[in-house]
Amino acid sequence: MSGQTHSASRPDASTRIVQVRQNVLKHNDLMARALRAKFHDAGVYVVSLVSSPGAGKTAFLEKLLELLRRREARVAALVGDLATDNDAQRLAKSGAPVRQITTGTVCHLEAQMVEEALADWRLKELDFLLVENVGNLVCPASYDLGEDLRAVLLSVTEGEDKPLKYPGIFNTADVAIISKMDLAVAAGCDVRALRENIERVRPGMNVLEVSARKGIGMERFADLLAQRRSAARQHPLS
Amino acid sequence: MHELSIALALLEVAQEEAAAHGALRVAAIHLKVGPLSGVWPEALSGAFELAREGAGPAFADCRLAVEETGVTGRCGQCGATRSAVSIQDLRCSVCGVPLPEIVSGRELEITAMEIEP
Repeated sequence: MSGQTHSASRPDASTRIVQVRQNVLKHNDLMARALRAKFHDAGVYVVSLVSSPGAGKTAFLEKLLELLRRREARVAALVGDLATDNDAQRLAKSGAPVRQITTGTVCHLEAQMVEEALADWRLKELDFLLVENVGNLVCPASYDLGEDLRAVLLSVTEGEDKPLKYPGIFNTADVAIISKMDLAVAAGCDVRALRENIERVRPGMNVLEVSARKGIGMERFADLLAQRRSAARQHPLS
Repeated sequence: MHELSIALALLEVAQEEAAAHGALRVAAIHLKVGPLSGVWPEALSGAFELAREGAGPAFADCRLAVEETGVTGRCGQCGATRSAVSIQDLRCSVCGVPLPEIVSGRELEITAMEIEP
């Protein structure tokens, strides 16, 4: 599997080889690193969410915003979509500050877009920032956004082999969330098989089962965020 | 569409490196692409040819040489870095134990360039 090279050839006499060893997405990485430091200094815990279109990211965040605000946490959200600000409007109903990032044709969020969207927000006045990525299980895998926690959401209607089809995204996420659990039986979803497939592409990954609509498993996720946030604040950024 | 933005980013980094080395011409860019990088090498090669047109004369006949890496991880049982069975099965190919920590497989890296100074 390794070592295949396309169009390999010896350099011609007039050229020499220089070692480079640079990440192609180094500009994004540098920006993400700067964001991460900025977030850490401001004490804001950043959570990003990736999934296929229609897996339930917005409904999940609607419920999460409600729960966090009920716990008197100060929370804001950014939403990425190719077009419309429908999702931002939905999330804004929570009363939290929400901004839409409209990417046009770009299929994923990048650190630069997050940086620009944050503009004049006073991060020190936030406990949590939630970032909803564009619905896409491929491209977001390559782009670090400076977040503390990346959650990959997949719903019970997407097939038990979904993780096997998109191993890349599972490898860049920290926690998997199985959504729409209230529909699991109706969808004929074998949740155990789904969990096994997540374990195969990402051994040891933490997996939560939720239904945003029915309020199942959501408090548990809010607890997890609160725990992770206080743990993060106790450790200096390495 | 996605591979085009990757190709553009690739050329941007290559341009910076070329400038740093005072290169007049870049004959080739050597790239390492891992199977978990989210990038498909063949699509990238096609996108590269398009993106190259806007990169200036130094890159006019620049070749992209892609090395596809495999997924490897640190095996707690073997005590060494081992290949995974496959990208859908992150277990040690030698002893079958799950590999919780990936060592290679996600890279999208310019390893070297062939330049004419």
